[in-house]
Amino acid sequence: MAIVPNPYKTTGFVGWIDDRFPLTKLWRDHLAEYYVPKNFNFWYFFGSLALLVLVMQIVTGIFLTMHYKPGATTAFNSVQFIMRDVPWGWLIRYMHALGSSAFFVIVYLHMYRGILYGSHRKPRELIWLFGCLIYLCLMAEAFCGYVLPWGNMSYWGAKVILTLFSAIPVVGHSLQVWLQGDYTPADATLNRLFSLHVIALPLVLIMLVFLHIMALHEVGSNNPDGVEIKNHKDANGIPLDGVPFHPYYTVKDLMGVSVFLLIFALIVFFAPTGGGLVLEHDNFIGANPVATPSLIHPAWYFGVFYAMLRSIPAMFDSKIWGVLVMFGAIVLLFFLPWLDRSPVKSIRYKGAIFKTALVIFTLDLLMMGHLGMQETNLTYLIFTRIGTVIYYAFFLLMPIYSKLDRTKPVPDRVTS
Amino acid sequence: MRRLIVVLTFMTLLAPVLSHAEDDGPLPFSADVGNTASVQRGAHDFVSYCSACHTLKYLRYNQMAAGLDIPEKQLKQNLMFVGGLKPSSEMINAMSADDGKAWFGKAPPDLTLEAEYHNPRWVYNYLQNFYLDPKRPNGVNNLLLKNVAMPDVLWSLQGWQKQVTDKDGATYFVTVSKGSMTADQFNGFVTDVTNFLTFAASPDKIERSSLGPKVIIFLLILLVLTYLLKKEFWRDIH
Amino acid sequence: MSNEVADNGRRRFLISATSVVGAAGIAATAWPFLDSLSPSAKAKSLGGPVQADISKVALGQQVLVLWRSQPIALVNRTPVLLANLKKIVPRLADPNSDQPQQPGYCKNTSRSIKPEYLVMILICTHLGCVPDIKTKIPDPSVAPDWLGGYLCACHGSKYDLSGRVFQGQPAPLNMVVPPYHYISDTVVEIGVNPSEAEISKLTGGD
Repeated sequence: MAIVPNPYKTTGFVGWIDDRFPLTKLWRDHLAEYYVPKNFNFWYFFGSLALLVLVMQIVTGIFLTMHYKPGATTAFNSVQFIMRDVPWGWLIRYMHALGSSAFFVIVYLHMYRGILYGSHRKPRELIWLFGCLIYLCLMAEAFCGYVLPWGNMSYWGAKVILTLFSAIPVVGHSLQVWLQGDYTPADATLNRLFSLHVIALPLVLIMLVFLHIMALHEVGSNNPDGVEIKNHKDANGIPLDGVPFHPYYTVKDLMGVSVFLLIFALIVFFAPTGGGLVLEHDNFIGANPVATPSLIHPAWYFGVFYAMLRSIPAMFDSKIWGVLVMFGAIVLLFFLPWLDRSPVKSIRYKGAIFKTALVIFTLDLLMMGHLGMQETNLTYLIFTRIGTVIYYAFFLLMPIYSKLDRTKPVPDRVTS
Repeated sequence: MRRLIVVLTFMTLLAPVLSHAEDDGPLPFSADVGNTASVQRGAHDFVSYCSACHTLKYLRYNQMAAGLDIPEKQLKQNLMFVGGLKPSSEMINAMSADDGKAWFGKAPPDLTLEAEYHNPRWVYNYLQNFYLDPKRPNGVNNLLLKNVAMPDVLWSLQGWQKQVTDKDGATYFVTVSKGSMTADQFNGFVTDVTNFLTFAASPDKIERSSLGPKVIIFLLILLVLTYLLKKEFWRDIH
Repeated sequence: MSNEVADNGRRRFLISATSVVGAAGIAATAWPFLDSLSPSAKAKSLGGPVQADISKVALGQQVLVLWRSQPIALVNRTPVLLANLKKIVPRLADPNSDQPQQPGYCKNTSRSIKPEYLVMILICTHLGCVPDIKTKIPDPSVAPDWLGGYLCACHGSKYDLSGRVFQGQPAPLNMVVPPYHYISDTVVEIGVNPSEAEISKLTGGD
C-alpha cells in the first residue's frame, strides 16, 4: 500500500508540513481519533505517569551530567559539588533520586493493573513482552545509576551484583573481571556504568517505550471489564464504548499528573531522602573497599528479588541456584500471557480461586519486598523461602487454577 | 482501592526500619535547623572545639554565613581561624591525614555529612556519651562508637563520667568530676553543635523549607484547575 | 442542552486558566535548570580577587598574573613611555577611552589608578590572542615611528602602552582594564573596585 501524503488535505502552514510529514495523520491516529475505552479507572493513570517520569529523569539527568564527574576519586565529591555549589543543584539531584523511586512505584502499579485486568491477554501479549523488557532495562538503568555517586552502598551494591556473575560455572570469574574492567569494582567499572546509564540504556529504554506504545495503539487499550470495545462499533466505525484519547484522556491524565506532582513535591521539599529509602544513609560516606556496611541491601524496589536471591543456599559447591531462582522469577513474568488460561480477562469476572491467589501473591510481594531489606536470620530464611515458593506457585500453577476457577459471565459492553 | 491502602501502609512501614540498623543512643533528640541562633552558636562551638581535627570540606564559609544570616565581618572575626583561607574557601584545617593517623590511630574523619550518614540523634548521643575507660589508650570509650579513637575533647565542659554496672547487669553513668557547664548548659551546647552539623549535612534544607510551601500551594491550585477541567470535559461522556 | 453556550464559555475559561497556570509552572520549573548553568560557588571562588605585589615589577618591565584564568599585565612604565602616551594620540582609534572598556576611575590617558603602573587584561579585542609587549624605541620591525606598546602576532593589531588600539586595526576596541584597587602602596587587588570614597577622589578631579 503506497503512502499518500496529506490524506486529510490540510492547507496552509500545517498543509505544508502534512505534504512532507504525517503530522495531522499522527495527531488523528494517535490522539484525536484514537479511541480508548471510556471506563478507565485509577489504575489507568500510571502509563502516562511513567512517560512523565521518564522525561523528567532524562531532563534532570542531562543537567546532572553537566556537573557530575565520573571517576573513583571525583564522583562522590562532584555529587556534593552539585548539592552545594551548583545553583539549584540540590533540587535537580533530589528530583532525579526521587524520580527513580517514583518510577518503580508507578511501573509496579502499572504492571499490577495489567495482572488485574488481563491487559497481557491476546491480542496484547506483545505489549506485555515489551513491557517486561522495559522493566528489565529499567532495573539495569537503576542499578547503574545507583553506583554513580560512588558512596559506600554504591560500591558494595555493585560488588554484590557483579559477584553474582562469578556464580556462572567455568566462565563466571573471568566474566566478572571483564564486566568490571578490574579485579574489583573500581574506576573502570564506574566509568562504564556511567556510559550505560547516561546513553546506552536510555536509548534502549526510549526505543522500547516507543515500541510498547506502538503495539498498544495497534490493538487498542484493554479496560477494567476486559471487554473488547472494538466488538461494538457505530455506523462510522467508532467503538460505541470508546472516546477519543484527546481531549478526554489528555485532560484526565493532566489531572493525574497534578496529583503526582503534588505528592512528588511534598517529598522533594520536605523529606527528600525519603527516610533512607530514596537516599540511603550508608551512601553518605564514600566508597570504602575495606569497610562493608553493617547491612548491604539494594534499593527498595529490588527487595523482592534480593530476598529470593538470599533465600537459596549454596548447594553442590555452587551459589548459582540463588541467582537462577532470582532471574527465573523475572523471566516468569514474560510467560504470563500463556500461563493465564482463564476464559475471562478481568479480575471483576474471575472467581474466588483466582482472587485468593492474587491476594496471596500481592501480600507475598509486600512481605518479600520488606524482607529483602532486612538482615538475614533464621526466621527470615523461613519466610523468604516460603515467599519464593508462593511467587513461583502463583505463576506456575496458574494454568491449572485459572482453568478451575468459576468465572462470572462477562458483559457485552463496558460497565462504569 | 483497598489494595492500594495496604500497599501504601506497608511502604510507610518500611521507612523507619531503614533508618540505619543501629542504636542511636539513649537520649531523645530531634534536630531543629530552623533555630538559627542555635545553629550559629553551634557553628562557633564547632570552630572552637572541633575544627582543629575535623574538617567540613564540603561546606564553604560563605555558604555557612549565607544560610545562617552571618555578615561577612562576623564570619571573618568569629568563625575563620585557619590561615590563608577566603570566605569562599571550604572549611578545611591544617591537620594532614597522615598526622591525624599518627596521632590518633585513625585520621579524624570529615564531618560534613556525618549527621546524614548517621542521624542527628546519633550525633547528639555520641557527644554526650563519652566515659572513662582505663583500658583504652586515649583513656575513654564511647557508648555509640565502641573503642573510639577520638579523645573526649569536651571533658572540660561536661566533666568526666564512668560506666557502672548494677547487680541486675544494667549499665549507667555516674559523674566522676564536674566540668565548667551544668548538665543543662552542656545539653544546650551539644544541641547547638548537633543542629549545626545537621545544617552542614544538608544546607539546602533552609531554601527547601521556604520554597516548599509556595510550590505546594501552586500545585494545589493547578490540581483544582485540572480537576475542574476534567470534570467539565467528561460531562460529555455518559 | 440549554446550557451549551454557557458550558462552552466555562470550558474555554477552564482551558485558558489551566493553560496559563500550567505555562507559569513550566516556566518556574525551567528556571532552576537554566540557572544551574550559571557559575557555581566553586567557579566564583576560583574567580575571586587576586592580589599582586606591584613593586616587584622592574622599571620598563611587564609581569603577568592570572585572574579568572586570564592574563593580567602589570607594567611599570618609564617616564619616556608615559610621555609617549600623549604623543601617540593621533594614531589611536579611541584615545579618550570613550568605549566602556575600563572602570570609570581608569578613564584617563594612562588608563590606570597610578599613572606609572598599568593593570590590564592582556587579551586582544579582535579574536582573543595575547599580544606581545614591545617597549624598544624605535622598533622598525613593529612599525615606523614606534613609540612603545603592544603588537598582536595573530592578525597584527597594534596598541599603545595603555592598551589603546590604533586606527585601522583588525581589533576594534581598547584592551580591557579590570576592576582593581590598591590595598597598600605596593599591592593591588584585581577583581575588586576601590571604595566609593576612593573612586570619587580619583574621578573628582576630571
